[in-house]
Amino acid sequence: MGSLAETATIAAPRAASRISGDRASTALSLGIVTTFLTVIVVLPMAALVSTARQDGFGSFWDAITSPEAVAALKLTLVASLAVAALNAVLGTITAWVLVRDDFRGKSLVNAIIDLPFALPTIVAGLTLLALYGPRSPVGINVAYTRTAILLALMFVTLPFVVRTVQPVLQELDSEMEEAARSLGASEFTTFRRVVLPNIFPGVLSGVALALAKAVGEFGSLVIITGNLPFRTEVSSVYIFGRLESGSTVPAAAVAVVLLAISFLLLLAIGAIRHFTTRHDRA
Amino acid sequence: MRRFGLRGIALLYLLVILVGPLAMVFYRTFEHGFAPAWNALTSPETIHAFKLTLIITAIAVPVNTVFGILCALLIVRHRFPGKGLLNAFIDLPLALSPVVVGLALFLLYGRNGWFGPWLSDHGIQVLFALPAMVIATIFVSLPFVAREVVPTLREIGNEQEQAARTLGAGGWQTFWRITLPSIRWAVIYGVILTTARSLGEYGAVAVVSGRLQGQTETATLRVQERFESFDLPGAYAISLVLALIAVLVLVAMSLAKPKEEAA
Repeated sequence: MGSLAETATIAAPRAASRISGDRASTALSLGIVTTFLTVIVVLPMAALVSTARQDGFGSFWDAITSPEAVAALKLTLVASLAVAALNAVLGTITAWVLVRDDFRGKSLVNAIIDLPFALPTIVAGLTLLALYGPRSPVGINVAYTRTAILLALMFVTLPFVVRTVQPVLQELDSEMEEAARSLGASEFTTFRRVVLPNIFPGVLSGVALALAKAVGEFGSLVIITGNLPFRTEVSSVYIFGRLESGSTVPAAAVAVVLLAISFLLLLAIGAIRHFTTRHDRA
Repeated sequence: MRRFGLRGIALLYLLVILVGPLAMVFYRTFEHGFAPAWNALTSPETIHAFKLTLIITAIAVPVNTVFGILCALLIVRHRFPGKGLLNAFIDLPLALSPVVVGLALFLLYGRNGWFGPWLSDHGIQVLFALPAMVIATIFVSLPFVAREVVPTLREIGNEQEQAARTLGAGGWQTFWRITLPSIRWAVIYGVILTTARSLGEYGAVAVVSGRLQGQTETATLRVQERFESFDLPGAYAISLVLALIAVLVLVAMSLAKPKEEAA
């Protein structure tokens, strides 16, 4: 998972700046990249923040503390944290099974892990409704409930922890685990004292990525949750609703809160990576 | 014993969350026979929606590919102040809600937005038209190529580039003959991810498109429109096509990945 906190990792070899770093080409590519990023990312974000605070801080505060906005933000955070925690456990187990276990069809199972990423979110929502909706063949109908939010968020965040833990487990020699076991450590002790410390940073970055995805999720929730204010309305749906009814300032205010959460999570992921690669840099 | 227990948990988890629901979509699509699904897929609005999705993807993917390679080269091979900031802004689309992206573009290009008045004075339609939908799609699929290329570029080092330079190759020639061939699998992998994200974008496009049937309705928006018009077979049929595209993406990913690792 590439460029997150790239700055924090290995310093480029000195020779790099000598060969391709002639000033003119650096300046030209930097100019192009900066202009593009400004137009696509920075300007829209600036417009968002400026709209949120255009009527002063008081009305920004009123907008994000209105009962419906608070209910939506709370639901978003609680559901996202719950799903992130579930992912930490189930994602780690799945990664362990994919690395240490061996069974027929394992490569197929490994391939479908990425499906939630490749599948459009609106399709994900409809998909869950097909099995857990009003005409459920298994007799479970969670449509328009908070359980539906959890299910949808679990669907869209499924790959993150698996994919951050899997490579770490692959590198981790199973001899260490065998040594611990032969010295008399129980299965649980081996996991807690040998495996977990090694994979923990991977689990944490996966959880942070899952959190970021869950907090902002929209497409998969539109169909399955029914968007009932105070009950199943999450922040992104709240923002969409405000915008549809023409109240852009409250929409922008809540959007700024989500933007801040996204930045914090990116910082956290960067810090985790910085911390775990410090031995390589030394 | 533990092995089977954990395998059971993992497989059950995937079955309940992922495989079961997807299997149901297949069943529901053809529940009332083949005809309703086919009719939904061949209606002019649906065909238009798929065409629009393809047009947007065809613009967003090349733009992000060029940008991603340029960005990765800049991050790995050059030194400049503000690199951390550049990294932060490249990664932002991964962590930001698509609705927030859409809202931000709405506030920039809308009637009362920063650019809105100037654009409407000059008769340029951005919001509720193709340009805004393309910009939204570029935004959400921005990081993928750069994120795939950066680690590969770092790993291959620059000895070969240096050698080419010493032998008299220009910067451009070195890029085409040395750098690009060695990062090609990373680029391809990034392009696959970018394409998947662009084809499937919903939230950001839902905000900036205005969702005008037969005009600014993409395939994902069409799914929701069919659902809201109580045409479930139609919604499932379009979903199925999108799901099949997703499966193709997975196949392409697994074909590209080992080669990248072997390189």
